[in-house]
Amino acid sequence: MSIPSRQIPFSSFFAEHSPAVAGFLRGMLGHHEAEECLQEAFIAALRAYDRFDGENPRAWVLAIARRKAIDAGRARRRRPPPSPEADSVEAPAADGAALDAEVWTEVAALPERQRATLVLRYALDLRYREIGFVLGCSEEAARRNAHEGISKLRQTRIQEVA
Amino acid sequence: MADGTTGTALGEARIRSVIRAASPTDVDAPELAAALAARADREGLIEVAYSSVDSPVGTLMVAATDAGLVRLGLAGTDHGLMLEQLAGTVGPRVIETSARFDPLRRELEEYFEGRRRRFEYPLDWRLTSGFVRTVLERTAEIPFGSTRTYAEMATLAGSPRAFRAAGSALGANPIPILVPCHRVLRKGGGLGGYAGGLDTKRTLLRIEGALE
Repeated sequence: MSIPSRQIPFSSFFAEHSPAVAGFLRGMLGHHEAEECLQEAFIAALRAYDRFDGENPRAWVLAIARRKAIDAGRARRRRPPPSPEADSVEAPAADGAALDAEVWTEVAALPERQRATLVLRYALDLRYREIGFVLGCSEEAARRNAHEGISKLRQTRIQEVA
Repeated sequence: MADGTTGTALGEARIRSVIRAASPTDVDAPELAAALAARADREGLIEVAYSSVDSPVGTLMVAATDAGLVRLGLAGTDHGLMLEQLAGTVGPRVIETSARFDPLRRELEEYFEGRRRRFEYPLDWRLTSGFVRTVLERTAEIPFGSTRTYAEMATLAGSPRAFRAAGSALGANPIPILVPCHRVLRKGGGLGGYAGGLDTKRTLLRIEGALE
């Protein structure tokens, strides 16, 4: 008898990668919006799953999630804001929390590409090579995105203090 | 802290910790998976649905396509491997969903209580072909409470001398219990073999009154 071919069942794929996708989407959207987008992203991944070549599964599904996050952002901007960004900033809880909230507001104001790079790098510990796969750019370009994002954040702080 | 509230430039460590805190990766995986499965089912995106079923012969893993039950893993089957093989042979959209199996669960429960003599749940035969399929189709016709020998199965499948091949066909049965390969015994009454272990084979035959 021939040996049956094996493949990763979607249920295992989902169990393995849903935490990373959840983290990424929470870093890109308000938390409530991220929960909705998480299901959209995995439904889209499920539709495309038979065409997935098995390489870089995490980057593959993160790239899908990123497109869904961009769509969600566009849809939100078309709607009148109910309570703008109400749940995207964690409530201040301790000393330094006000500064943290301020930093987060600045992260949220970065161009999407830079914000995505920083979230993938700092929240998920992705290497720049993998970030390149997610964003569809080179490793060097991903590294550059991160540096540009960081220096923009630093400039903002310095300007405020000056 | 150099990057704290002192008014100096923001440090990379602070940026990192803020982004990390705002992007938690904890998820309620079972709840998310259930919601995803319900939607995938509604949208017709599931190629193989699966669920586990408790039974007197241990936890069974059942897997179905839109056509019917395609695989039943007895206790002791490597369930992870079973799902990987289903993904490779039937299709990779393999999703756990319990609701679809409620009718089968009920039938199995009745069977194990001795209240059901035949199963109504549809079968998907796609994992079998050729002689194996023929042997198993003849096996599916053995009535509750009866037994056959390997040689009889070979004859019923049209190849009286192929009783060894009939034996391995029964051993390759992807849908045990519903396709009752446990009803095939050695000539002279020896139990022969069973993928789920001889204890399970004995239990099933006792339920059916075919064994003391």
